[in-house]
Amino acid sequence: MDLLPVCRAVLEANSILSSSRDGIQICETLQTIKRYLGGTESPPSLKEKEEFIHRHFTTFLQCLISNVGPDWLELFPSDEEKELWDSFFLEGPADQSFMVLLDSVISTGPSFRLNKVTEVLERFLQRGGLSSLMWEVCRHQSQAGSPVLQEALLNRVVCLPDHLANKLRGENHPVFFPQNYFPLLGVEIVRVLERISESLRGGLDCSIAFVSQILGKVCVHGRQKEIMSVLVPHLTDRTQSDCIWQRICWRLIESVPDRWMEAVICGFVRAAPGSAVLSRLLGNLVVKSKKSQFVMTQKLLLLQYSHPTAVLQSLLGYLALDSTRRPLLIKVLKELLGTWGSSSAVKHSPVEQQLYISKAILICLSHVKDAEIESNRQELLTSVMEGMKCHLDSNLPQIRHLGMVVAESISTRITPEGPALKFQYEEDEELRELKSLLTPRTEQTLVGDLPGIANNRPPVASSAVLKPSVRPSLGASEELGKGVDSDLDSDDDLVPYDMSEDKELRKIKAPAYIRDCIEILTGPEDADKYEATVGILETLIRRNAAAAREVSVELTKVLLHLEEKSYIEGFMGLRQSALVALAVTDPVPVSHFLTTEFYSLNYSLRQRMDMLDVLATAAQELSRPIPPKPERLPGVKQPSIHILSGENPDPSDWRRVVEERIRSKTRRFAKGPSRAELPCTPNKFGPVAGHFFFPLLQNFDRSLATFDLLGDDHMVLGRLAHTLAIVMYFAVNAAVAAVMGKALLEFVWTLRFHTDAYVRQGLLSSVSSTLLSIPAEHLLEDLSEELLETQAWLADVAERDPDGNCRSLALQNLLLMENLKKKLETVPFE
Amino acid sequence: MALPPPDPQYVLRGANDAVNTLCFHCADPKPELPLLFSGSSDGQIHIWNIKTHRMDRMLNGHGGKSVLWVKTLGNRNTLLSQGRDQNVCLWDLAEGRKDVTDSVFTDHAGFCKCSLLQVAERRWLMAMPGKDLEEVRVLELPSKTSVCTLKPEADAKLGVPLCLKLWQPSVGSSPSLLAGYEDGSLVLWNLSVGKSLSRLACHQEPIMALDFDSEKAKGVSGSSEKMLCVWRQNEQQDLEMQQTCQLTNPGIADVALRPDKKILATAGWDYRIRIFGWKKLRPLAVLDYHTATVHCVAFSDHSQSRERLMAAASKDHRISVWAIYNQT
Repeated sequence: MDLLPVCRAVLEANSILSSSRDGIQICETLQTIKRYLGGTESPPSLKEKEEFIHRHFTTFLQCLISNVGPDWLELFPSDEEKELWDSFFLEGPADQSFMVLLDSVISTGPSFRLNKVTEVLERFLQRGGLSSLMWEVCRHQSQAGSPVLQEALLNRVVCLPDHLANKLRGENHPVFFPQNYFPLLGVEIVRVLERISESLRGGLDCSIAFVSQILGKVCVHGRQKEIMSVLVPHLTDRTQSDCIWQRICWRLIESVPDRWMEAVICGFVRAAPGSAVLSRLLGNLVVKSKKSQFVMTQKLLLLQYSHPTAVLQSLLGYLALDSTRRPLLIKVLKELLGTWGSSSAVKHSPVEQQLYISKAILICLSHVKDAEIESNRQELLTSVMEGMKCHLDSNLPQIRHLGMVVAESISTRITPEGPALKFQYEEDEELRELKSLLTPRTEQTLVGDLPGIANNRPPVASSAVLKPSVRPSLGASEELGKGVDSDLDSDDDLVPYDMSEDKELRKIKAPAYIRDCIEILTGPEDADKYEATVGILETLIRRNAAAAREVSVELTKVLLHLEEKSYIEGFMGLRQSALVALAVTDPVPVSHFLTTEFYSLNYSLRQRMDMLDVLATAAQELSRPIPPKPERLPGVKQPSIHILSGENPDPSDWRRVVEERIRSKTRRFAKGPSRAELPCTPNKFGPVAGHFFFPLLQNFDRSLATFDLLGDDHMVLGRLAHTLAIVMYFAVNAAVAAVMGKALLEFVWTLRFHTDAYVRQGLLSSVSSTLLSIPAEHLLEDLSEELLETQAWLADVAERDPDGNCRSLALQNLLLMENLKKKLETVPFE
Repeated sequence: MALPPPDPQYVLRGANDAVNTLCFHCADPKPELPLLFSGSSDGQIHIWNIKTHRMDRMLNGHGGKSVLWVKTLGNRNTLLSQGRDQNVCLWDLAEGRKDVTDSVFTDHAGFCKCSLLQVAERRWLMAMPGKDLEEVRVLELPSKTSVCTLKPEADAKLGVPLCLKLWQPSVGSSPSLLAGYEDGSLVLWNLSVGKSLSRLACHQEPIMALDFDSEKAKGVSGSSEKMLCVWRQNEQQDLEMQQTCQLTNPGIADVALRPDKKILATAGWDYRIRIFGWKKLRPLAVLDYHTATVHCVAFSDHSQSRERLMAAASKDHRISVWAIYNQT
């Protein structure tokens, strides 16, 4: 055996290194050993080299590290010899060096040695050590390398930033930061893949499994973004025209172990700039691997909803691109529609998720071909019908609109020639975006969409991306120039006066007395008179309160049943403001009438909700009367032949309504100023608050033939809860507030598990207004038990409610309670 | 928030019938008083003192027939008035006289107002509707010699002329006449050859009023429809549409451009006066004072732009006087 000298030489070297203090001797020893690594003038025999590398290299490196110290290095006369020390790590087999380096980092405490080792490790990384390491493993994997060692290497490579951060803390080097390390790792992976592709071209076989494992592990550690930002652009570029690279890429992803597959696929789907690229990178993965099929067709679409729309587009586009994958697209569409149409999903899942699913459906529709729809028409039709029903049933306008848009889109696809389904709704930004998904995006725009990727591309590609983005800015400046030019010729120096009074001329004079109004409204039809009367009514009621009181209930009844016989601009608003005026002028009888009628037969839901709105608005006006405005004398100030001043509601009224809406929805405790204002004006609402409140609470659980609050009519129930909250809020400082609060909390308690989010929001608003309206000491005295119960419920809602608004309302309520508690602690009882 | 529209500066009451026409005469140097002439449906012509807001004198020369048009002829003491008695009278008002010194019989029973243009020192042209239904006559004043008779071709079917406007591109050049007809079309006549140059069918309904800005070669017309038309004369001397402006209510009785061509006022059947910027026809104000159809709007010819006034005459017997946009 001629291997003994190697063994002997290494042993000798080890002992010299650990004992000698002579620089020259140490250098010579190192040179001797270095010979075994090759690259010097007297190369060792192949066998010697292999023996050294397999048996002795690791121990030798460990010995090198264990002997290093500040004084030891001073023994070397020049930098060259210091370099010699480093070169063992940098030039020797990368896997062993890396293991030794990282192990010693982990095992040593802060010392000179640690600094030295991290320094070498940094150089190792910068010199592309990782790629040689991976290449090393890949090359030898076919020869059945030890799985334990591989596992260890994998762990070390992926967790390197963690280890070093733990060790070095504040003094960590930038190269070890995750945001730098993982992109570096990405580059190294590309390098390894390059070597693999070369060796494949050379006819040599090698395994890619280790690289896949690294990729998988990195992704599962949540570093998809960093590594993909490098990997995807490079792979996109190379797979463009090279089928070997495509095969390598597919293989790379296929060999990722199942447990990490999800993270890797998510990473690719998110980072790929479009469906074509994704299809090139993934190949037919979704058909081949069960796990990836689950991830792509179920998990990403139905279970998660945080991904941006571009991800959905890439993913569904990927499914649509290949004929073997198209059956999956249809399957996905059916499943999505199943979820969209399930009433429990509509009720219990958050709005954001429903939006996500709607988006996915529309994107699917844009990819599905007519023939495919034709063969599944019946099935689609059924699910659309179901889904439409439960969406339109919802109390949240956003969900209703989502349902409308999706149903419209599907119906135009199912019956392209038949009459299309058409809903009335106001388009907002979200719905427009949703609708735009129906027209498939072209791949060209997709490339420019992701600036993060464009940066990391090779220069040629990035300049190609830049060009189109320059052009629009040019166009914009041109337009700007035009605008300036045309402005020169305008009449801007003449400031226009208010022209809002410029309405169409009316021939009919409005009635001057309230009794005449009743006659006209109930009498024979005369469109002009009718319109003039509706317009003037509020003014008449407010002008002559005594006359209004005489007929208040009668007129309220007439107004409630009033129909818009011919089109009148702003009819609903005019009618409501007249009703509010009545309720304010004569609160007790009118509120009595309204609350009784609310629970009686023969009213439509619309009318019932009108009653609630009137009560709420009147409550507000009573509690904070608008200071009487200086009366405009029609004859002098505003000489006009049409005195329909009710036509255009005063801007302050309008603002009041908006504020009122906002208030009825959310965060009442943030409204400090409005509470501070209250004491300034007499609260006329206090004495009559009970009349507005208690009758409404009386019968909510009694169902009538036409009206079932606890059943189908949850929309009205939600409105009732909101109205009660508003009435409660405006009863602040009233004597009955405490009693009202108690009743209201009981009402909330019975309904607390209502399935409808709108109702729950109303209940939560009720809780906040109770907390705000009742003085803190009363709250704790009279309502302590109820409060405790409510608090438990609120905590539960804040944590678990699917609706975001409910959660935040509950949270605000909890904060409010906390604040009250603090306030009580700071103000001692007297 | 835009300012509410202003109220009238003052209101002249005392005309006992609907007021049809107005004419300011304010450019005389002081101490002469600024005057406003008005003609009413009961045949009276009123002379108002703008300084004292009182009626100065009352002229009665059309036999109780409605006065359609009044205009001063060069100075404050010579007045032209046109009445439904088919006469155009020339008044001498100097030294407190109120005599009709001359008159022309138009022989036209319609409502078309005349138009006057000064072409030289003490020489005027007056366009007036003629005896035949479609015809317009142009006379030279004060000599009363007929300059030409403008008669459309037999197959034109324009209907009667309803409004006239004499103008000349610049002092000394040959004057032209714009006439609005019953069928809603507008015809540009060349007076020197007596031929129509261009015809523009800009309205569906009869044109009730028009005014023309000779500097910009751009004019405006109103009809009984809900819109104003702005048209212009292009390089080929043809009339072409430029812009229309929708109104809230139909019917324009009169349009008037302020002498400085900055704003335009319209008299509406909807009892309102509307003010527009002339450059782009941007609506500026809607003045709502009158309680009946407004028949006429007129801008004063004050030499000081700050004193400039606007007057509107209405069927409700009142003349409202406004000071609007006179600071710019």
